[in-house]
Amino acid sequence: MANSSTLFSRKVAFASVLALALALLSTAPVSADRRADARSQVDFGIELAQKGLWKEAEFRWEKAVELDPTYGSAWNNLGIAYEQQGKFAEAKKAYDKAMAIDPKNNFIRQNYDMFMEIYDRQNRRRNS
Amino acid sequence: MTAKTAVAIASLALTVGASSCLRFYDIGIETPIQAKLDVSAFQRVLILGFLAGGSKDVDPNTETVRLLRSQLRTKSDLKVVDSDVLSLVDEVDRRRRAAGEVPVTDPAAAPQASDEPKIMNERDLQEYEAIFADVDYWKRVGEEYQAPLIITGSVLFTDVQRSGMVTRSQETLDQYGRRAVTDVRRYEDRKGYALVPKFIFIDGRTGVQLYSESFREETLYSASNNTPPLSSYFELMDRLLPGFLSTLSTQKVKGTRTLLR
Repeated sequence: MANSSTLFSRKVAFASVLALALALLSTAPVSADRRADARSQVDFGIELAQKGLWKEAEFRWEKAVELDPTYGSAWNNLGIAYEQQGKFAEAKKAYDKAMAIDPKNNFIRQNYDMFMEIYDRQNRRRNS
Repeated sequence: MTAKTAVAIASLALTVGASSCLRFYDIGIETPIQAKLDVSAFQRVLILGFLAGGSKDVDPNTETVRLLRSQLRTKSDLKVVDSDVLSLVDEVDRRRRAAGEVPVTDPAAAPQASDEPKIMNERDLQEYEAIFADVDYWKRVGEEYQAPLIITGSVLFTDVQRSGMVTRSQETLDQYGRRAVTDVRRYEDRKGYALVPKFIFIDGRTGVQLYSESFREETLYSASNNTPPLSSYFELMDRLLPGFLSTLSTQKVKGTRTLLR
């Protein structure tokens, strides 16, 4: 009786360890890969934006935040792309994300402040 | 290898290294600001005329109609309707006479010099402003011109005279011949012009007012300065034109943002 109970406990423990190992295996390396992929998407997006291809840049940065939702720079760039195209609601969400992820980044703060000035002006016009 | 060569190589290496590690890029953007008024229902715009007055040296009605038409031709997608410039002041007086009423400016009651404007100030203007609320009149105008967006309103261009303390920068030389700039305050008589337009946007299909916006701009010169009134008029209109145009068309705000890696 005691043996079967010990056996059951061992099985449970083994299953837990296995589940944990699988979880770690499935997240850690993929996360690193995804981060690297997100980074290359961001770099490519920057090149496109510098050529004035904002729509394509937006697509790349959307991919980047999909791959790594904690990538503050990608959210910042996405905010800029949306702003350039007059998508104010989306830009606000993207900048808010960037600010939440990296609140101490002065570049993001500066971009956010300049955007908010225009965003508020646009809202005042709509409400007047 | 000399020390100079070594320094050059090191600085080159540093430059290359720095550029490859660059984590931020400044980029120019143009943020589109939506027009205040949705004019997608209109293909044509009619600027018929304004209630205008103030200075007798400029005809603000004709000048404003011409200027706005030319601006909208180049800076708006709407087709500008060509028509004769209508004097709304005369139109109001004509309609009053037709209705058996005394015109606002009755020449018999108050004889005026022929070149004196009928509207001299904002109080005079109020006597005429009821025309903007006459839905039937604007609907008839709209029908005549195939239901365009109608832009009308009032324009007052008046002389301004002010006296007071004025601060000016003055350059002086000290005993050693060194230049210094100091602010000097002195009492001065100044004159200039004020431009007070009110733009009213009317739906030519219904005659109903869609939107209106008022502006006020003023410019003052030293009393000895003889700036032509027409130059001042255009200077003042230049200041408020972006505000007027942003009612009808999308404006772009230029700025710089920082892209991050």
